Amino acid sequence: MKKLREKMSLPIRKMVHTILGILVVFIVIQILSVTGVLSSSLENLMPELCFYAIIAVGLNLCVGFLGELSIGHAAFMSIGAFTSAAFTNAAADAIPSVGLRFFIGLILGTVMAGLFGFLIGIPVLRLKGDYLAIVTLAFGEIIKGILNVLFIGKDKDGIHIALINSNQESLDPETGKMIVDGAKGIIGTPHATTFTNGVILLILTLVVVTFLVNSRTGRAIQAIRDNRIAAESVGINVTKYKLIGFSISAAIAGVAGVMYAHYVSSLTASKFDFNMSILILVFVVLGGLGSFRGSIIAAVILTLLPEVLRGLSSYRMLIYAVLLIAMMLFNWAPGAIDFRSRLKERFKRRKEERP
Amino acid sequence: MSLLTVKSLGISFGGLRAVDDLSFSIEKNELYGLIGPNGAGKTTVFNMLTGVYKPTQGTFLLNGRNLTGMSTTAISHAGIARTFQNIRLFHEMSVLDNVKVGLHESISYSTLTGILRLPAFFAKEKAMNEKAMELLSVFGLEKDAETLANNLPYGAQRKLEIARAMATNPVLLLLDEPAAGMNPNETEELMKTIRFVRDHFDMTILLIEHDMRLVSGICERITVLNFGQELLSGNTKEVLQNDQVVKAYLGE
Amino acid sequence: MSFLSFLISGISLGSIYAIMALGYTMVYGIAKMLNFAHGDVIMIGSFVVYYAVTGAGIPAPAAVLISVVVCTFLGIAIEKVAYKPLRRAASLAVLITAIGVSYLLQNLALLFFGADPKIFPNVITLPALNLFGGQLVIAGTTVMSIVANILIMIFLMLFIKKTKQGQAMLAVSEDKDAAMLCGINVNGTISLTFAIGSGLAAIAGVLLCSQYNQLTPYTGSLPGIKAFTAAVFGGIGSIPGAFFGGLLLGVIEILSSAYISSQLANAIVFAVLIIVLLVKPSGLFGRPMREKV
Repeated sequence: MKKLREKMSLPIRKMVHTILGILVVFIVIQILSVTGVLSSSLENLMPELCFYAIIAVGLNLCVGFLGELSIGHAAFMSIGAFTSAAFTNAAADAIPSVGLRFFIGLILGTVMAGLFGFLIGIPVLRLKGDYLAIVTLAFGEIIKGILNVLFIGKDKDGIHIALINSNQESLDPETGKMIVDGAKGIIGTPHATTFTNGVILLILTLVVVTFLVNSRTGRAIQAIRDNRIAAESVGINVTKYKLIGFSISAAIAGVAGVMYAHYVSSLTASKFDFNMSILILVFVVLGGLGSFRGSIIAAVILTLLPEVLRGLSSYRMLIYAVLLIAMMLFNWAPGAIDFRSRLKERFKRRKEERP
Repeated sequence: MSLLTVKSLGISFGGLRAVDDLSFSIEKNELYGLIGPNGAGKTTVFNMLTGVYKPTQGTFLLNGRNLTGMSTTAISHAGIARTFQNIRLFHEMSVLDNVKVGLHESISYSTLTGILRLPAFFAKEKAMNEKAMELLSVFGLEKDAETLANNLPYGAQRKLEIARAMATNPVLLLLDEPAAGMNPNETEELMKTIRFVRDHFDMTILLIEHDMRLVSGICERITVLNFGQELLSGNTKEVLQNDQVVKAYLGE
Repeated sequence: MSFLSFLISGISLGSIYAIMALGYTMVYGIAKMLNFAHGDVIMIGSFVVYYAVTGAGIPAPAAVLISVVVCTFLGIAIEKVAYKPLRRAASLAVLITAIGVSYLLQNLALLFFGADPKIFPNVITLPALNLFGGQLVIAGTTVMSIVANILIMIFLMLFIKKTKQGQAMLAVSEDKDAAMLCGINVNGTISLTFAIGSGLAAIAGVLLCSQYNQLTPYTGSLPGIKAFTAAVFGGIGSIPGAFFGGLLLGVIEILSSAYISSQLANAIVFAVLIIVLLVKPSGLFGRPMREKV
């Protein structure tokens, strides 16, 4: 056991500790809910914690490691959500098992979000800094706009897809059924998301990103973040690795979207707006750029906070805004940097003074 | 055949000729210097030789292969590595990881292998670690392997940049002002390191430098650039004694 | 005739975008940052006018003046507190801070003014123009937007060309350190830029709310992003660029809303942004930038 611990590098050890922490919390919550201590509203919130933590981890890969600010990540979540929910609804007759449909939907939603990440990444990742951020926002708005006018219906003749104008009339009145109904979105998706599968997916996500970051590909991604020109000079194909990082980040957002779709009773595109993207960004910034554990903790605390402190809920967004500004000033302002280094110095001295 | 052949290479930025009609060639295992006053276009030559800028005239060949107009990445794969005048390290990564990024092409496995931690991952990572530590020890950096590159002292950062460039397994190494900001002792040590790299790795080195002690101490031949044009080339000692060169440096 | 009236609404909306785009383009040109909160300064300015007119009964021109003053100070304050400490920080940190400021303003407005839409008072009393024997009616707001846009544009061009402060702005936008060595007060110049941009935001706010007749804490956010799109379209840092970029964007938005789908109008506007950035990132009037190696 001790030998194993020595063999693991620091990031991997950190990941194992985080997973153990998640499992402990999971078991405690299960015990609390079985004994009836946990209120049902809190119990209902548990899957939500998981998918927000998952998408925060995914966005951290993009912002913290790839170094590119995406303020349209909610769009990838919506791709995962709509793809999977459309599938689970359309295949209701063909595959009676909800679990199996959810599983296939999960794969479809993840792949589709990753694919969109790849396709959108090709133009977006050619840009830099603020322009890149604003274009992710633009793509987010475009995807939201298109999902809002997307109609998919199903009848005995098969699947009918229409944009802008509803295809309700063209459906066979006997067997016809709207699956995606424009701005009204998708209703009647089975509630397949649970705390248990949420925790499993969260741990899986954490393992994937930690292994990715601590591999040849992950080093290439971070090298590009730190210095693009130097990365090129040692032969790294910048476009390729940016695309890999961005697509995986988008695919993880897709996982969160799939969970979201199978958690809410009605799925609408308008939910995946700029505010949602910012909310996720707040988790990432607050948890610390480059710290997956931080992202998870921030997502959990900030999702629970308004629920626990009901009186705070109207101040929730206000607090987020202040936190966002304060975090940035604390991390980057010259005065704050001086202050922190002096603090560190003092701690160091105290340690040394001790015999 | 020369290792590097530069034939009437030139580039202009919006009408301004930054480098004009430059030709020289470097033999294998040679230590070659590119000197000249500030703004003479030395770094621009490096930027062309590494694909950062596309030359607007002329060609350059590495071992007879024309690399003109290729991308930075492709030129790195072809065997030219470089350091930068204003140090460009991966500052948020460890010293070891900086060198491992340099090994990206030579020891390779797929993204999926990394995510799934397939057996190849462990074998390749082990090979990478060994190779990287070996390089770090050449530059006396093995004790700092786990340090963040950003926290290294200035001289060590310059050395790490050379180590990273060597990790790409080049045939030609370009050093852009390696002694900039170093004190005489550090420069002395750097000269030893550069000579060691040349002998130990059988390397060919082209360097830009202002420190004339370093240039005359280790370069066998040099080319002097002035206002983007070749002023003189040849044996280091002879060139440095030339009146024109002295004038270009000291002014009239 | 309907095409012509769509075109005129487009130019009217575009004029408002253009005035807003000026705030983005000047700040971007000089402080090299995307002031995400600009749209929300516009919203705050509109609330000032709303409460001054409906609450305090102040006549409209005076209310607009008060709003200009409030926005100017707000702009300076935001710059001093949130952006100035980060002037040498990574662009990622600055942008996140700007998003934070934008959020802060929105949520403060939500807290103090409530989420319910306010009916914006009729502050522009210009009569409508009747052309072609009543076939084409141009609203007073439209005339006012277009006239205001042209006047502001001329004023700013003259300001930059003819005054010392204007020349200082040009110098700072070119090279901050060199400007400082020349004895230019860089901090003061940046503050002045924020002040002018924010003052203009107040005017843009009045025109925007007069066009839509209503006001919520979110009024500024989407038009703000679109105005930034206009600034990029025209070429960031360029005043004529903001003018033409704004007009073009307004026309594109109204025409696609009329002839394609009103639900897709925003998506089309953002598609324009993406295409411009990919095809000509320096915009219509901008200069390309080169990275130093």
